[in-house]
Amino acid sequence: MFPHAIDVHRVLPELIWCAFGVLVMLLQPFVRSRQFFTSFVHGGPGFYGLVQSDLFSFFFRLLVGSVSFLVVLAAGPYLDREQLPVAEFYALLFFATAGMGVLASAQELLTGFIGLEMSSISSYVLAGYRRDSLKSSESAMKYFLLGSFATAFFLYGIALVYGATGTTRLDKMALTDGTSTLLKLGLALILIGLGFKVAAAPFQVWTPDVYEGAPTPVTALFSAGPKAAAFALLLRIFATVPAATKYWFWAFWVLAALTMFSGNLGALAQTNMKRLLAYSSIAHAGYVLVAFAAVTSMAQGGSEEAAPAYAAVLFYLLTYALVMLGAFTVVSQLGGAGEKNLSIDDYAGLSQRQPFVAAMLSIYLLSLLGLPVTAGFFGKFYIFKAAVNSHLISLAVLMAINSVIGAYYYLRVIVVMYMREPSAEAAAAGPVPFPLGVNAVLLITFVGTILFGLYPNPVINLILRRNLLGH
Amino acid sequence: MLSGGHLLSVLIFFPAVGALALMMLRGDDHKFIRSIAMLVAVAEFLFSLLLLRGVPIGSSGYRLEEFAKWIPAPPIHYHLGVDGISMFLVLLTTFLTPISVLASWSSIRHRVKEFFVMMLLLEVGVVGVFLSLDLFLFFLFWEMVLIPMAFVIGIWGHERRVYAAVKFVLYTMAGSILMLVGIIWLYNATGTFDLPTIQQMLANGQLVLEPRTEMLLFLAFFVAFAIKVPVFPLHTWLPDAHVEAPTAGSVMLAGVLLKLGTYGMIRFCLPLFPDASHRAARWVAVLAIIGIIYGALVSMVQPNLKKLVAYSSVSHLGFVVLGIFAFQRISMQGAVFQMLAHGVSTGALFLLVGMLYDRRHTFEIGEFGGLSTPMPKLAAFFLFVALSSLGLPMLNGFVGEFLILLGTYQRHWGWAAWAALGVILSACYLLWSYQRVFFGDVTREKNRALSDVSLRENWILATMAVVILWMGIGSPFITRRTAAATQTVMDQAEPQWAYEAAARVSAMPHAKTVSLHVTQTMGVEKLGVR
Repeated sequence: MFPHAIDVHRVLPELIWCAFGVLVMLLQPFVRSRQFFTSFVHGGPGFYGLVQSDLFSFFFRLLVGSVSFLVVLAAGPYLDREQLPVAEFYALLFFATAGMGVLASAQELLTGFIGLEMSSISSYVLAGYRRDSLKSSESAMKYFLLGSFATAFFLYGIALVYGATGTTRLDKMALTDGTSTLLKLGLALILIGLGFKVAAAPFQVWTPDVYEGAPTPVTALFSAGPKAAAFALLLRIFATVPAATKYWFWAFWVLAALTMFSGNLGALAQTNMKRLLAYSSIAHAGYVLVAFAAVTSMAQGGSEEAAPAYAAVLFYLLTYALVMLGAFTVVSQLGGAGEKNLSIDDYAGLSQRQPFVAAMLSIYLLSLLGLPVTAGFFGKFYIFKAAVNSHLISLAVLMAINSVIGAYYYLRVIVVMYMREPSAEAAAAGPVPFPLGVNAVLLITFVGTILFGLYPNPVINLILRRNLLGH
Repeated sequence: MLSGGHLLSVLIFFPAVGALALMMLRGDDHKFIRSIAMLVAVAEFLFSLLLLRGVPIGSSGYRLEEFAKWIPAPPIHYHLGVDGISMFLVLLTTFLTPISVLASWSSIRHRVKEFFVMMLLLEVGVVGVFLSLDLFLFFLFWEMVLIPMAFVIGIWGHERRVYAAVKFVLYTMAGSILMLVGIIWLYNATGTFDLPTIQQMLANGQLVLEPRTEMLLFLAFFVAFAIKVPVFPLHTWLPDAHVEAPTAGSVMLAGVLLKLGTYGMIRFCLPLFPDASHRAARWVAVLAIIGIIYGALVSMVQPNLKKLVAYSSVSHLGFVVLGIFAFQRISMQGAVFQMLAHGVSTGALFLLVGMLYDRRHTFEIGEFGGLSTPMPKLAAFFLFVALSSLGLPMLNGFVGEFLILLGTYQRHWGWAAWAALGVILSACYLLWSYQRVFFGDVTREKNRALSDVSLRENWILATMAVVILWMGIGSPFITRRTAAATQTVMDQAEPQWAYEAAARVSAMPHAKTVSLHVTQTMGVEKLGVR
């Protein structure tokens, strides 16, 4: 007599726990090392140095894992509303997450490439998940074409680097002197390839279109997950390989300045919420690149004194991911069937129609703006600090100017929500329902934003640990 | 507990608790909401009176300090403290908040709860700025002030409110983000955000800034404060914000928020960068004098009564900045006094203008005329406040301006002469506008039936008038308590030319030949001059 499927479903969590318990018991006799069971803290290289399990990859795995968890929570109501197939969505989402994890823990360039492809290919499909929508298909197509182009750059770069150093492993590459032109060229191509993924100017033009067309929960994923993972690999390459560190300071300086300005200036003219947030995500990539410039300006990227700059990057990505997820979740839910209400004007008088949602969105926007008591403020603060530490005063001032430009368009949304009356039809339509899962996402991201805004210590302490990068 | 160690924390967070309570409140009983807000504001004022006991006369340094670790890397502390200067500014804030709450009793009709929540949050931010002794904490509260004020202007303001609110935020933020870079730079040089520690390092020569660095840092701070004050070319946000803000918003803006800038100059610019301050003093003074005269001239030709008062603030705060950068003890005392006096008198002027607006829904001077016939009481109060604002002896405006001019004269007679022109001009524009609004025949039929002050308004204005008079007669009560603190600031702002001194020490081996050379050339120059 077998239990019905539904019965199994009802006790699924317990079953999973039991399955793991049994697995551990079965493995125990065969595994000598005690560290096997607690290995994610006591990290080290795996697969003969292809991957590195250290605090750095732990942080990013946790980050992308949390991101996809929150996307799962937020996507349920969205898929129901848009009548989209469910299973494939989650499958693709998890493949993408796995790819990001590989990307973040790769210690070798080809492994990184596999991670990149895993996450990218799933992302292409996810971007076009609303098959009957023209915009969604356009988004997928653009993402695919430009993405594969970028991957080609990346791959070619790996080939050149291999030609120059005879290895694709980063730790071995770190030992080579790196004066050869071939290596520089290869690293430039890698930088371009990953620059596409993190939407750094001048490789950012795809971002607004792709973000706008993709289903909104997927956009939330794009803005937080793959970007963080690509930054992780970029940091690992350009911070640990001295050859990469030495010559790239000015490249990052210029990239950062260009990215900040193109993102913020582009966002000024937007009337669509998704496009606005897309441009803002470009701008934020620029802020992260400021910290990269700070890292690479140090004589030794992997050294002790660069630790605060790493910490700035990691902390910023965390706070940014939280906020972007929250904001896109609100946008997704308010979009309504077929994602019709995406214009900023649709947010008029939101504070009167749905005060809770308006307050949440305001907190996210204020965090993006970098106002104190939100996580975004500390994120910016640490980047400013890293920049000033490395004597990049001019870049810090450019970032300050950009923060003010950014303030304008974030404020505009808040102004519309709080200082304008709702349109007649919006008022008549009544409040948009916010189901439990979505509210949970909002609450988690809100609590995270305020918590890290008041008390960033635990995270900072974690990432300031000495051997962040496992050496 | 209150008189013990945590008075300052209570002062900062009590309004926050009140605001939270208001937010939790279900229902929309306006009267109840107003009463709670009023209760919180009055209780806060009473708490703040305890400060008078906590800061004895003649005590220098910070009192009632609170210190707690907050963030270890970088080391940021929750460090509060109060001295004679900040104490009175806190008192001004806690005094003007209940007045503003009372002033918006009937003029705020929609989103009442949110309005009072914002007023209380504003008080949290402002009191926090005045009491913070950690640069980081200071910056936190400094930024926190922005949002409630922007909402107050943007939601409850007049026609162009949204424009004014956004302009206000963008201007202030542009300055303050540069200040953040400056704060971090300073941290890099010192390894701490703690203000007293940095001052100590400066005093015992542990921290020596290169002149160029010091000047850049000075500018990063000064520009942020100058925007807030506002100093002459950076003032353009002020008329918009004032004209569009509701009465309570204008009162808080003019009464307290502008003082954040001048307070910042006294507390941070001078003590942290004494040499740069002295180097820049001449230019700052020129800007301040331009502000004094320009503000007065624009006020004179203003057809809009509220804008007139707003521009008069530019003029009056020019005096404060001039007093600070004259580097005389008397003028510094005068600047502190003028900050308080301006807060009360201009606050009262905005209240009166707001009362006129409640009745006629316009600020145009041309729409008024002969108003003393229908409302004699209001006219009397207006005259009283206008006289205090133009600096009539016995009232509060006189004390500040007199001390500032006295001190400035000791520094440079030309500055004092130009600034004195502003005093004359202020008499011109205030009395002339008063004449056009209140005297003569009633030119508009609508104005004939205007009601005089209500009981509530009477109480507000009477309180303000009493304070104005008391500050004019009993000014020693304040100046005796600020004397020690201003002296401390003066000592800290004493130019050390430390960098040059250090350079001289390192050049010691050559000193003899050099000094010989110098005396020779000096002798030659002297002869040449003769």
